[in-house]
Amino acid sequence: MDITMIWYLIPALVMFCCGIYGFLTRRNMIAMLISLELMLNAVDINFVVFNRYLFPGSSEGWIFTLFGIAIAAAETALAIAIIINFYRVCKEIDVEDATELKH
Amino acid sequence: MKQEIALLIAFLVVFLCDTFASAKAAKSIPAVACMWMAAVTVFGFITVPDGTETAFAGMYATSKVMYAIKNILNIGTLIVLIQSLKWAGSDFVAIRRGEFYELIMLTLLGMSLMISSRHFLIFIIGLETASLPLCALVAFNKNRYESHEAAVKYVLTAVFSSAILLMGLSYVYGLCGSLYYDNIALSAGSGAGVMLAVGLAFVIAGFGFKISLVPFHLWTADVYQGAPTPVTSYLSVISKGSAAFAFLVVLTQAFGAVYAQAWEWMLYALIILTITVGNLFAMRQTNMKRFLAFSSISQAGYIMLAVVGNTAMGVSALMFYVLVYVFSNLAAFGVIGAIENATGKVDMTDYNGLYSTNPRLSFTMMLAMFSLAGIPPFAGFFSKFFVFTSTLSGSGSAALYVLVLIALINTIISLYYYLLVVKAMFINPSDSPIATFRSALSERAGMWVCVAGIIGLGIASYFYDYLLTIV
Repeated sequence: MDITMIWYLIPALVMFCCGIYGFLTRRNMIAMLISLELMLNAVDINFVVFNRYLFPGSSEGWIFTLFGIAIAAAETALAIAIIINFYRVCKEIDVEDATELKH
Repeated sequence: MKQEIALLIAFLVVFLCDTFASAKAAKSIPAVACMWMAAVTVFGFITVPDGTETAFAGMYATSKVMYAIKNILNIGTLIVLIQSLKWAGSDFVAIRRGEFYELIMLTLLGMSLMISSRHFLIFIIGLETASLPLCALVAFNKNRYESHEAAVKYVLTAVFSSAILLMGLSYVYGLCGSLYYDNIALSAGSGAGVMLAVGLAFVIAGFGFKISLVPFHLWTADVYQGAPTPVTSYLSVISKGSAAFAFLVVLTQAFGAVYAQAWEWMLYALIILTITVGNLFAMRQTNMKRFLAFSSISQAGYIMLAVVGNTAMGVSALMFYVLVYVFSNLAAFGVIGAIENATGKVDMTDYNGLYSTNPRLSFTMMLAMFSLAGIPPFAGFFSKFFVFTSTLSGSGSAALYVLVLIALINTIISLYYYLLVVKAMFINPSDSPIATFRSALSERAGMWVCVAGIIGLGIASYFYDYLLTIV
């Protein structure tokens, strides 16, 4: 069987949509962070696949993916730090408890 | 590149001072940071290039316009830093005060990179350099619960919006084979595919989060309320202004053709929603910081109005609008910060009868509100006037006229809630108004600069003329 580009793009899109769905429905901050990670990784897959199949002569997509991974790591580290801070104050990481600021 | 290098040097100096200075010398770090920031600002004015300068194989480009934009942002940051001196000296901030200045300078560096980028790689790096330190800044008040809640909300939405932006970029890359703005514009000109239009929609959504356009605005009020006041003022002015400039550059340089074919209407709808919803929600706010958050959402709509015109005049109108917005909003935040530092009060009802005890602060606040609402002869009137003119001077289609009409009606609505604050200070009686106090020298200096800007930019036409000549 010939594996074409679409075999990679569909899973990436599904991953991305799962990420959005998880981000909007999950109420645990760590689970939300995992969903965000899914979205960012779907982007990386897209870049690599486009580069491999459509523009094999250049390496722009791969370079972008490397930077994307680094940025995702930085974002996760920061988000975890902030969530830990929040946990220290509230002893809870459910977003339903983070509702003091409203109206 | 000179401005960024100067900023980087300033950042490194403050960082090294903070790391190696003795506990006694560390007291002077805020002053050192302000002086370096002032030096960077002046440096930006004296090294303006004549032509275009590029770096990183064309991934970065700067010109007179870019210098002017960054100078505006530098001035705004300098005012924020000066106004924060008192807060940075307070006890619970004191041990980490160096970090505040370092992180602010780092975000400014990221914003400069983001505005000058001509390739999406530099753009994303700049964007993340700008937004990640901001998340840490929002969480700066370690012993206040609100600060943590705001930080959680901000970091999650920031990462979510960058993920959406990146997804859009990946499709754009798949279609164009390059992420240089020029190459994307070339491929888009030769027939825009559906994919490219979808990619642009993702990109607009990503930007919408950063500039807090409705319906991507939900984080704004909570984050503005929870963050420390200097950080809120920085977020509302510099962060928003730079994102708007970057959006303008991306729309005109990379997506000009697709935008005109597919997404003009989406942006019109976003602008109408942003101005209207921001206004309607601002009316029912009682907390001053939340109030200014919704006011800044509606101001973002006016800022975007200058972007859709897509003309040379639009660029100068945008610069002038942001410059005026910097002075007006920072004046308002200066007053709020001074009152919060002295008494800890941030509710609008606390401001009742403020004129009888603190006439100067009330007067500054009144000027800021008049300027934000757009009452002549203050600067806010002219900035709105130029934005409306530039929107109509482009293609002049009927839709644009309707758009400007709705924006005008909203200006009148916004008068209501801006004047509510003025009414509270000058007319509403109060049994226990905020006691008379003398604000710190640094706070007064910042407010004087802002007041001078509000009045000066309104009376002197020179600044707008200059911005018009360099575009």
